[in-house]
Amino acid sequence: MNDAPITLPSSPGWPGDGVHRVPYWVYTDPDTYRRELDRFYYAGHWCYIGLEAEIPHPGDFRRSVVGERSVIMVRTQDGGVRVLENVCAHRGAQFCRERQGNRKEFVCPYHQWAYDLEGKLRGIPYRRGIRQDGQLNGGMPADFQMEGRGLTSLKVAVRGGVVFASFDHSLESFEDYLGPTILSYFDRVFDGRKLKVLGYNRQRIPGNWKLMQENIKDPYHPGLLHSWFVTFGLWRADSKTSLKMDPHKRHAAMIGVRSVGKPAGDVVSGVTSYKADMSLRDPRQLDIVPEEWWKGPTAVMLTLFPSLIIQQQVNSLSMRHIQPRGPGVFDFVWTHFAFEDDSDEMIQRRLLQANLFGPSGYVSADDGEVIEFSQMGFQEKPDQQCLLEMGGHDSEEATNIASETLIRGMYEYWRRVMGV
Amino acid sequence: MNQALEAQAYTELLQLYAEYTAAIDAGDWDRWPEFFTEDCVYKLQPRENHERGLPLATLHFHSKGMLQDRVYGIRETLFHDPYYQRHVVSLPRVLAVDRGRWFLEANYAVFRTKLGEISTVFNVGRYLDEVVRVDGALKFASRFCIYDSEMIPNAIIYPI
Repeated sequence: MNDAPITLPSSPGWPGDGVHRVPYWVYTDPDTYRRELDRFYYAGHWCYIGLEAEIPHPGDFRRSVVGERSVIMVRTQDGGVRVLENVCAHRGAQFCRERQGNRKEFVCPYHQWAYDLEGKLRGIPYRRGIRQDGQLNGGMPADFQMEGRGLTSLKVAVRGGVVFASFDHSLESFEDYLGPTILSYFDRVFDGRKLKVLGYNRQRIPGNWKLMQENIKDPYHPGLLHSWFVTFGLWRADSKTSLKMDPHKRHAAMIGVRSVGKPAGDVVSGVTSYKADMSLRDPRQLDIVPEEWWKGPTAVMLTLFPSLIIQQQVNSLSMRHIQPRGPGVFDFVWTHFAFEDDSDEMIQRRLLQANLFGPSGYVSADDGEVIEFSQMGFQEKPDQQCLLEMGGHDSEEATNIASETLIRGMYEYWRRVMGV
Repeated sequence: MNQALEAQAYTELLQLYAEYTAAIDAGDWDRWPEFFTEDCVYKLQPRENHERGLPLATLHFHSKGMLQDRVYGIRETLFHDPYYQRHVVSLPRVLAVDRGRWFLEANYAVFRTKLGEISTVFNVGRYLDEVVRVDGALKFASRFCIYDSEMIPNAIIYPI
């Protein structure tokens, strides 16, 4: 009998040229997933960590993740922000178990190796050995250097109160990473005003992490899947829309202006989610008050590849952190926020409009559901292909909702980086 | 309040809890808002937000009208995978009674069963309740569902 292991191709090929067909295996293949972590999450890309407002004082820390790796965002004594990998240099223990708190130093419980807030190794018990019968026995070798044995420290970028980090210290600046167009929409929200964290929501979605990026690069679905969007005009076919990207087409902005009034017949003909006679018993849930800083659009949904979605949909604001946990599952962590100078009324408004979003939200709960259904289909037939031809085959910027151009743009970039 | 009256009131509270649970496990959504006062507050909130005083909730309703809007959403607008839910609720613990208002706490565990699937633990937490008497009947003036579960398995569509 031949003992040679059966080797399967690491990933089947890409179907044809272009990106108007995406094979199902990109969502299911474990080797592809490992390479994605290495190429998108652990090198070459800025990943979302958290908000400065979560760690206002020296010693404040909060745990986060980059890809599947646990990291700690910490405010140092001099007021700076560090992002440290949560892995002890000694035996690899993920030593920090609290979600957040305040520390003067980090100590691993296993052998009490101690690190300062910069991640530098400061103490090793019995480093010089144990005195027995007048002699020092054991301990670290005399030439052991503490220097350079600290926690892995990530490259950090802070802009407008938002913290990003990367294991890749050769990475371009955050500003260059976003490119001028996407940066301008980032700065529209984070223009230097102090942020106020309103709270968190966490959901585990049984789907590939890219599907969430794609969901927010897809202006075609909101006016079909989400009754609230189409009925109340928050996002539908007659909304003024523009779809923009960075030069690499990895990030995108879906920009929309709310439609007011009843839609014309062709906008909603055959759209079963449109409920002509729907009205809210308590309209406070949609008590929308335009804000000056919107500068026109009532919604800007930013996808920052690979790990973050920034939501401004009317008065509701959130950071949505994509945390992959395998090819077929990711955690989706929502941090809703307001601005420190908001009135109490505005904060109440943001909180009530949060009913639209999150794991139970009127226009979000069903996104997780349909992503799960797509993943079910992918797993059954990895050789099948998604059809992504809305708006053509190319990936140019567009100004209508019947377009999948942003998803195609993302796959142009994905294919380049993945070499497939 | 004498002991007999107290026992009678507690029995009535138990009935409110039992009926609420029966209604939402049966999917009898129209009954759900009727357990609340007109200006009720209903919150489904992660424990972290609750304990740290962060106001965000997963669901945050400020009136019976908003609960009725949710019922409409469950029936007509929220596309979702259908599921059964089954609540197991502990006896309520009376935290305080003040001028006809009962402040109560009860543990709950909710199991979810999707079609063709095994049953799983869906959401675990406690109710923090304020119950008042309106026109002779006990109603929730507020019901906070504070859940321990660190991850929601995709989505929560139906009321807890």
